[in-house]
Amino acid sequence: MPSTLLVVATRKGLFLLESDGDRSDWKLRGPFCEAWPIYHAVHDAASGAIYAAAASEWHGAGVWRSSDLGESWELSSEGLAYSDDGLKLSKISGLTAAHGRVLAGAEAVGIFESRDGAATWSLLSTLDGQPGRDRWNDPANQPPGHLGVPAILPHPDDASRFWAVVQGTGIFETTDEGATWTPRNRGLRADWPIENPEVGYCVHKLVMSPVDHERLYQQNHVGVHRSDDGGRSWTEITDGLPTEFGFAAAAHPHDRDTFYVIPLDPGHGRCMPDGRAAVWRTRDAGSTWQRLDRGLPQSDAHLGVLREGLAIDAHDVPGLYFGTSTGQVFASTDEGESWSEIASYLPGITSVEVASLE
Amino acid sequence: MADLHLPSTLPPLFRDLPRRLEVEAATVDEAIDVLDERWPGLRDRLCEPGAALRPHINVYVDRQRAELGTALVARSRVDVIAAISGG
Repeated sequence: MPSTLLVVATRKGLFLLESDGDRSDWKLRGPFCEAWPIYHAVHDAASGAIYAAAASEWHGAGVWRSSDLGESWELSSEGLAYSDDGLKLSKISGLTAAHGRVLAGAEAVGIFESRDGAATWSLLSTLDGQPGRDRWNDPANQPPGHLGVPAILPHPDDASRFWAVVQGTGIFETTDEGATWTPRNRGLRADWPIENPEVGYCVHKLVMSPVDHERLYQQNHVGVHRSDDGGRSWTEITDGLPTEFGFAAAAHPHDRDTFYVIPLDPGHGRCMPDGRAAVWRTRDAGSTWQRLDRGLPQSDAHLGVLREGLAIDAHDVPGLYFGTSTGQVFASTDEGESWSEIASYLPGITSVEVASLE
Repeated sequence: MADLHLPSTLPPLFRDLPRRLEVEAATVDEAIDVLDERWPGLRDRLCEPGAALRPHINVYVDRQRAELGTALVARSRVDVIAAISGG
């Protein structure tokens, strides 16, 4: 039976949690990456490598890579820079490994690619000409801790097609390797004035059903939304959730109608409401929602989970894993019905990804 | 030869890079070039693209705040400091 690996990125380095096939006993290793702040880390199933996007206050941004499951690490920022157009790269915010390459979403807004396992990089696109492009790199229009492109969602069957999230602006799709783009925000809601209805939306997390590649879900700043046409249109499915705000989301690996979110208080706290931890699940594409909290703390638990903080594995009965801003990791081996705490004292967690290892 | 002192955060990033070493260079910039030639990528850890020191990297030559163009003389002491920040 394959073992399970959790790749846990934190504000002070990367950690690995490993379990045997039953996912009950976990062994922690780390911190890796010299305890640099890690924004997102992924495991590339095809190559077996781990990639971690990091940005040191002192030594700048780069991507750490390990080809031996964390035994050794190398850092590179070769090519991770903009040329003479005034853009400055402050951080790599999101990583995606698919189709033999690694894509990196950056702040300022841009996408870099590596075709040699994150050793060297080249600029793929800054989404020039897209609506919002003239404003999104202006600090006056950015939230604190701007992430630029926090996420890139690849199409599983088509290497030339992927979706990029521009923080505070919305989703853009390319079908030609980033040469041209199309905004994909129709039907989304904004609670603030927007000049151009094509953009101006705050998409926190975008996921795709592994069994229906036209079925996308997103947790937005104002609501949870579903698309049945590859992002060309969106329908809000927030009704039934305790808040419209959250960051993390996950799509079930075998059922296109099952989807998970972690609603948070939308105010400054951005923690689970009322100090009671819960993950919420729909099994009918958002018509109804169930609160899943068995085994999670139900008092005085002011937990936050960031946009990459929830992961789901591909077991027949999937396991779910989430990491909190205060360093706990919770796991479920029964599709979220019950939970246990598998790490308690990590630094603040920015991302959790799961991999099965043969 | 300048007497170069590096911050503790740097040697873990480069194989066999010591905290202290002697470098033959006429300026701070040249000293970083010498290091980058032997330890490729080191310049990126100290400098922004476009040849400026990173915001939280401070360099002192003989205890005076320096920039990339600051001249070095024989036996200059060069301290590269990762400025105190964070928690």
